[in-house]
Amino acid sequence: MKILVAVKRVIDYNVQIRVKEDGSGVVTDNVKMSTNPPDDNAIEEAVKIKESGKATEIIAVTVGEEKAQETVRKALAVGADRGIHVKIDGTVEPLAVSKILKKIVEKENPDLVFMGKQAIDDDCNQTGQMLAAHLNWPQATFASKIEVNDKSLQVTREVDEGLETIEVNTPAIVTCDLRLNEPRYASLPNIMKAKKKPIEQINASDLGVDTNPRIEHIKIEEPPKRKAGIKVASVEELVQKLKNEAKVI
Amino acid sequence: MSVLLIAEHNNKEVKPFTLNAITAASQIDQDLHVLLIGSKADDVAKSLSEVPLVKKVLHIDHEIYENYIAENYTAAILKHADKYSHIICSANTFGKNLMPRVAALLDISQVSDIIKVISPDTFLRPIYAGNAFATVKSNDEKKCVTIRPTSFEAAETTGGSAEIEKIDAADQSENTKFINREEIKSDRPELGTARIVISGGRGLQSGENFKLITDVADKLNAAIGASRAAVDAGYITNEHQVGQTGKVVVPDLYIAVGISGAIQHLAGMKESKVIVAINKDGEAPIFSVADYGLEADLFEALPQFLEELNKLNTIQK
Repeated sequence: MKILVAVKRVIDYNVQIRVKEDGSGVVTDNVKMSTNPPDDNAIEEAVKIKESGKATEIIAVTVGEEKAQETVRKALAVGADRGIHVKIDGTVEPLAVSKILKKIVEKENPDLVFMGKQAIDDDCNQTGQMLAAHLNWPQATFASKIEVNDKSLQVTREVDEGLETIEVNTPAIVTCDLRLNEPRYASLPNIMKAKKKPIEQINASDLGVDTNPRIEHIKIEEPPKRKAGIKVASVEELVQKLKNEAKVI
Repeated sequence: MSVLLIAEHNNKEVKPFTLNAITAASQIDQDLHVLLIGSKADDVAKSLSEVPLVKKVLHIDHEIYENYIAENYTAAILKHADKYSHIICSANTFGKNLMPRVAALLDISQVSDIIKVISPDTFLRPIYAGNAFATVKSNDEKKCVTIRPTSFEAAETTGGSAEIEKIDAADQSENTKFINREEIKSDRPELGTARIVISGGRGLQSGENFKLITDVADKLNAAIGASRAAVDAGYITNEHQVGQTGKVVVPDLYIAVGISGAIQHLAGMKESKVIVAINKDGEAPIFSVADYGLEADLFEALPQFLEELNKLNTIQK
């Protein structure tokens, strides 16, 4: 069984986002970048499945500018066997990414495609579902547990009401939630070894898909700031304030 | 052209977030039709027809829709999509799972999780965990939009009398099977719509200690939330998580207890009307968004808080 894992390079989750003054976007120069956190869970799960003997090869793929390759390199360091970098500059909407990934799936014929449920930059939560739609494959989104069977998966999904379990036949798309597993850190020897693993570069323009943005970003602005609050000295004072000042209890 | 809203329900009742999405959809176009896909859900059809903002209810009734499977819903939606300018649903786990599948097959770049309708093609949406707001204009001819429910009032549910039209089912997907849902039943208000939310974090130190939170929640008739750290640590189940990848809540009162206030948590609660933070670390980032901050050990403060609440003659419910 072959697993394709899609990863995205985003501003690190610990970075305090700053909005550019001209309203054109957020500051990314000299800002720490990392792999989108739930994509780390996707890689980890693929590696665990391979370690259990149920998968034979893991391919990590990313779509983005030159430096996006770093996320593939990191995936290789934690256990992916080879990488694919689809090069494209500028904004790529989830719809375009899903069309690009479809081309890669058609080329590689994986049995499973894993990725994070949502990227923490645009917070779109679309790519996996869109890819599943293009391929007419089943989708198991927001996975917190995956059981691999012969020709199917049993996936526990985190939904608003609690947990839901579905069974999907393979080939299938799974989007991973943060509680699926605990992503490992790459060891130094594995980081060194990963440098020798191959990453194939493909130009998005050679894939023959429409990647033109359909959504115009008219303005990016800071959200309204909350006015500063106060510290209260005691529980009594807190309750009085809530009752008499804020009038919420 | 009319707009089509996809209803979320359990075949007995409409889920509350659908009512918020109805309000948003009606701001895009008043000729709002609701698509109800279910099994033996006549009561839901009736209650949707009584929502004054709804002009028509399209009802697909078939046993294959007893459980919500995105693949089956998508096929049903696609059968009717061409008559509509917009396809809309709530941006909770229901809509997040469903809408991109619909959008991709219509070759539409979806606009996710909007918090404001500026015009029928232009919307405001938070990005980067709500640390930036983007005004976006969709240039697709038809649009797929998901609505952040807590940013819109719930629609009135009585007084309307929309026509209910029965329509045909679509084909069933053979590759996805519903197994079960572990729904945790609770008498408490729902987290997404509660007037008061009290949340616990890693500071609680154990699942047992969450009793301190539940005691206060009982007194205030509040919903219970949690930080990701508390859920990851197994103190409480996932449906309580508030934050960027959990639920977004906008209650009148949000009480954060033993929560440091990571960016990802703030994304889920910082629009609350009044925020209280109880934390023994005076430097915790949660205090930067709190209207009332109490620097204290929660194990002393929570029992005292309950005691003070008990002294009050009246508590708003």
